[in-house]
Amino acid sequence: MLKSITEDDDQDGVVLNAELIKREQRERRLRIIMPATALALALLIWEALVIYYEVPHYLIPAPSRIGETLITDGPSLMTSAWFTVKLTLFSLALAIIGGVALGMLFALSRTVEMSLFPFAVILQVTPIVAIAPLILIYVHSTFAALLICAWIVAFFPILSNTVIGLRSADHNLRDLFTLYKATPWQRLRYLLAPSALPYFMAALKIAGGLALIGAVVAEFVAGTAGQNSGLASRILESSFRNEIPRMFAALFLVSLLGIAIFLATSWLSKLVLGSWHESEIKRER
Amino acid sequence: MEQQRNTDTGSPLIEMDGVHKRFGNGTLAVEGMSVSIQPGEFVSFLGPSGCGKSTALRMIAGLLSASAGSITVNGHPAGEGGDGRDVGFVFQEATLMPWANVFDNVYLPLRLAGTSKKAATPEVEEALAMVGLSNFRSSYPRELSGGMKMRVSIARAMVTRPALLLMDEPFAALDEMTRFKLNNDVLKLWEEHNLTVVFVTHSVFESVYLSNRVMVMAARPGRVVNDIALPGGYPRTDAYRTSQEFAENTRLVTKALEGTLSHAEIDH
Repeated sequence: MLKSITEDDDQDGVVLNAELIKREQRERRLRIIMPATALALALLIWEALVIYYEVPHYLIPAPSRIGETLITDGPSLMTSAWFTVKLTLFSLALAIIGGVALGMLFALSRTVEMSLFPFAVILQVTPIVAIAPLILIYVHSTFAALLICAWIVAFFPILSNTVIGLRSADHNLRDLFTLYKATPWQRLRYLLAPSALPYFMAALKIAGGLALIGAVVAEFVAGTAGQNSGLASRILESSFRNEIPRMFAALFLVSLLGIAIFLATSWLSKLVLGSWHESEIKRER
Repeated sequence: MEQQRNTDTGSPLIEMDGVHKRFGNGTLAVEGMSVSIQPGEFVSFLGPSGCGKSTALRMIAGLLSASAGSITVNGHPAGEGGDGRDVGFVFQEATLMPWANVFDNVYLPLRLAGTSKKAATPEVEEALAMVGLSNFRSSYPRELSGGMKMRVSIARAMVTRPALLLMDEPFAALDEMTRFKLNNDVLKLWEEHNLTVVFVTHSVFESVYLSNRVMVMAARPGRVVNDIALPGGYPRTDAYRTSQEFAENTRLVTKALEGTLSHAEIDH
């Protein structure tokens, strides 16, 4: 009798578990299907409206026409996209190196922080559109000038979050490291850096997007100067020539790049923090 | 089964001589504290909040400096002797690194001393076995209960095989049953590893159950008002909690503690 009861219980448990897994799978499917359907529907409506009202393609091109442009102009657009990708990733990498290095310096020395922080703030609060023309005058290489512009925009969140993160280590843990006579390097590696990691990952998500914005804005200011031009100058150039479908195609690629950066930084954050930090731990309900 | 712990009556392990501590804001946290603790003693600092008991403990650890007076631990000025491995410290919270699993948390003191993970593994495993957490070596702190986290914290303090264990209200946040269990664990460690323990608590029962000496402290300014020896009853087990001796000691210590409080400070 007792045995049968436990068996029943077990079966209930299995059924419950299977149900839970099924529900989870359904949710995961919905998470992909819903946005995809909504997006497809929006494109379909767009297409239908353009055809129904006979909107000329130099005003608003139909999605099919944008797709066509993407294919026919593919090679040249890809070159431009690659330029923007390079610019964005380089400036992001430099922002990470500069922001983290300076952040560590700030965390180590109050004097350095007090002396240099105003410069960082000035760089941050002055709109990049206003500084860019000057940089373009003084820096000979267009790529280097664009890089500096994008770097200025992406650098600040990394710096400021690194400083806060390095200071956020638990004070009892700090005492523990003092107790065991940790060297400054051990303290940085085993305590301060891991404590700062969640702050850094949050900054990276912001800086990834900002690097792209910086790159695009800088390209706009630079115009179509230079032979290797990125997506933003393609947009500008197409607008001068009234090639609206190509503008949309380039715009589409810029968005795609932004989404890719967002997904990559989110994935990285999950990878690094997933096992321990509240922000990335999935809670059971 | 009365048994008394042999304490070395030679040179003291901890010597506090006329120690004052005044914080930057003017608070006199500790006034004129002179205490001498022999190797092998289990001493509790007992008192209301603000009596400077944690401050005194942190000064012994070398985490705070004394404003006046001297503190020596094992013949060296506090915090300066050795490589930091001869003193274990357990905080009020478990104070674990959330990004590291149980093994790596316990391994930390050895890692900071430059021991490789491979060479440290037997010692870490042994420390985990001491607190009964061998099966949880790859768990993360967030997956553990409050009591288990505290055990990890104790294992970490024990992994260097210190002669002196300093504990700052370690079980204050735990439920009663867990606290009883951990009290027994600490007593066992003290007995088996020939430790000297300085234990900060605001619980009369806890101090009486654990220690062979209770320093009763008073607040404003923080000072020692009574030094009570409670040598009997070892090895103490749960049966000791209901013994006549425990009841008498509790009364004795409670009375000393009440003497430190003005009426306004006691909640009726």
